Amino acid sequence: MHYFLTEEQQMIVDICRQIVEERIKPQRAEMDENCIFPAEIIKEIGKSDLFRLFVPEQYGGMGTGIFEVCLATEELSRGDLSVATTYAASGLGFIPIILLGSEEQKKKYLPQLASGEKLAAFGLTEPEAGSDVGAIRTKAVKDGDFYILNGTKQWITNGGEADIYTVFTMTDPSKGARGASAFIVEKGTKGFDFGKKENKLGIRASATRELIFTDCRVPKENLIAGEGMGFIAAMRTFDQSRPAVGAQAVGVAQAALEEAINYSKVRKQFGASISSLQAIQHMLADMATQIEAARTLVYHAAKVIDSGEKNVSRLSAMSKLFASDVAMKVTTDAVQIFGGYGFMKEYPVEKMMRDAKITQIYEGTNQVQRNIIALDLIKRGVL
Amino acid sequence: MVDIKIIVCIKQVPGTTEIKINPETNTLVREGIETVINPFDTYAIEEGVRLKEKLAPLLSQTGEEIETIALTMGPPQSGEMLKEAIALGIDKAVLLSDRAFAGADTWATALTLAEAIKKFDDWKLIILGKQTLDGDTGQVGPELAQKLNIPFIGYASSILDINKNRMTIKRLMEDRYETFEIRLPAAISVGKDINIPRVPSLRGKLKAKNEAIPVWDKNYLNLDQSQIGLEGSYTQVIKISMPEHHYEVKMLEGSPDHQVDELYGKLKELNIV
Ligand SMILES: Cc1cc2nc3c(=O)[nH]c(=O)nc-3n(C[C@H](O)[C@H](O)[C@H](O)COP(=O)(O)OP(=O)(O)OC[C@H]3O[C@@H](n4cnc5c(N)ncnc54)[C@H](O)[C@@H]3O)c2cc1C
Repeated sequence: MHYFLTEEQQMIVDICRQIVEERIKPQRAEMDENCIFPAEIIKEIGKSDLFRLFVPEQYGGMGTGIFEVCLATEELSRGDLSVATTYAASGLGFIPIILLGSEEQKKKYLPQLASGEKLAAFGLTEPEAGSDVGAIRTKAVKDGDFYILNGTKQWITNGGEADIYTVFTMTDPSKGARGASAFIVEKGTKGFDFGKKENKLGIRASATRELIFTDCRVPKENLIAGEGMGFIAAMRTFDQSRPAVGAQAVGVAQAALEEAINYSKVRKQFGASISSLQAIQHMLADMATQIEAARTLVYHAAKVIDSGEKNVSRLSAMSKLFASDVAMKVTTDAVQIFGGYGFMKEYPVEKMMRDAKITQIYEGTNQVQRNIIALDLIKRGVL
Repeated sequence: MVDIKIIVCIKQVPGTTEIKINPETNTLVREGIETVINPFDTYAIEEGVRLKEKLAPLLSQTGEEIETIALTMGPPQSGEMLKEAIALGIDKAVLLSDRAFAGADTWATALTLAEAIKKFDDWKLIILGKQTLDGDTGQVGPELAQKLNIPFIGYASSILDINKNRMTIKRLMEDRYETFEIRLPAAISVGKDINIPRVPSLRGKLKAKNEAIPVWDKNYLNLDQSQIGLEGSYTQVIKISMPEHHYEVKMLEGSPDHQVDELYGKLKELNIV
């Protein structure tokens, strides 16, 4: 398939493919089985300039856009969704700084994040606040030149591994969502600790951990865009980042399709390859068609965002929603094509199916995406 | 002003699976064959880039600079390989290319490389792959060092220490490690135990794309036809042919347990286990 990529975009794809073939594929099964965080692979990704794709040129980035981020994320996801999640979650952690950070914050943090020298994380979810982000309870109370943070974040990707955390708190609980504020908190700050590591169904090699704040003093310079801007920062970040979740979904689905095609050609039953059975052929055709539709929507959403268009919530949500549902369907069908072998850990498709599930859940469940799409339709009409 | 130059000598070779011999001419078929950087040379490139990354911050404290240069002698299309080296982090590249260089053996190759290296000033270290996949001699490194009258250590497996004047290197021999301290300038050859080569970077690839690679010919190097190419070579490959393989294949039959027992018995018989 031809996606009319520029030479630079093709280079991004080629670099990611080489990382996938040489570094990720040989290790992914073991990383999954033993929950090994892919530290070396992430370093390699950093050295290859892939974190620079998120960042404007003047802060050490490549000056590229969400489309390039999606290309990289998709290719990495073909190798392993844990690696792609780690990569994308770091981006998620620093998008609020890119969108709303002060000049000083950008100068201080973005170059280190762009080079991959430091990883970032995005801390929003809490035990009592999942889809209902307005229910967060982590508090930030001003005390002179500092804010004092108290509370616990749950299931934070890159927790413990990242150096720089965007943390969402309540500075004025009486105002609800309008009382939320985002802070940059560095690992090693006194009063900032990590809780339990999760044992997960999928993306097992990615780090998912609690962030615990106990009278943690954060300098007031680390407040992003002023008090009360936390909710806006989170929503605007998701508008930019959701197509990359779509790209993760497209990548893992593509990998499952490739495995299914290859297997169907070598598996013989009733004296012939199962690829000669129309039942299998039609599954493959549907899988490929759905992936192509998902990819087109993801690329389109990314390009619309890169064009500078303001109202991107609907399209962004659609790309994440559609692609992740496709990924779940396609990876499940890939296991089906493998039959009992697909259920076994000797083959990679069962892992792809376990991994794909998360794309329907994080950065807003697919039910929440539908809410966003519907609200936007009702508010702004179809166009 | 660059104060330290590291020169990495590399060669373009046919991809491993692609080696074919023309039965008429008894030479390697080179047309339409996918080429790669000689695999051992990828470790040389990586080591050069790592040394620069390590030394550059130290040298900058005293206002000094370090540069890595990739050098190859080969046909014009080797320029593409030099661009790959730049994508991997090498600063500059030079291609030695002239019809007159064709047919060179290791002696004439080393001489040509040596003359090119003399054109640079302040070079401190030459890094080569320990051998090529196609020629397989491992001779160019030592011959080059001899022509430049500098120390040579082959098969380096790690650089323990380096400054502007000396380096300490370790190498693995069959039954022992050897550690050397040598004066710079020097040449070393490396194999796959020294590092894991990186994947190219996007900025490297973009830089490589726009890089114009200088081509130096025999006149630029002031070389006489009698010293280079086929004429300057003491050896000449007159025939290449494929060895005949005598493989004996025995398929084991029966239950997996039985097959394992039989295989184990066979390996024992052959003193392999
Ligand atoms: C592996 C992993 C990594 C994660 N990484 C991060 C991270 O890096 N940073 C971070 O902040 N968070 C992270 N999360 C949290 C993730 O974003 C939340 O799990 C997600 O937003 C859903 O919240 P919840 O799990 O509390 O589900 P709930 O909100 O409790 O939802 C339960 C069910 O109710 C449905 N539901 C809830 N509200 C509505 C509604 N209004 N309309 C319709 N249906 C609704 C949901 O769709 C879901 O089916 C991660 C989670 C996981 C599992």
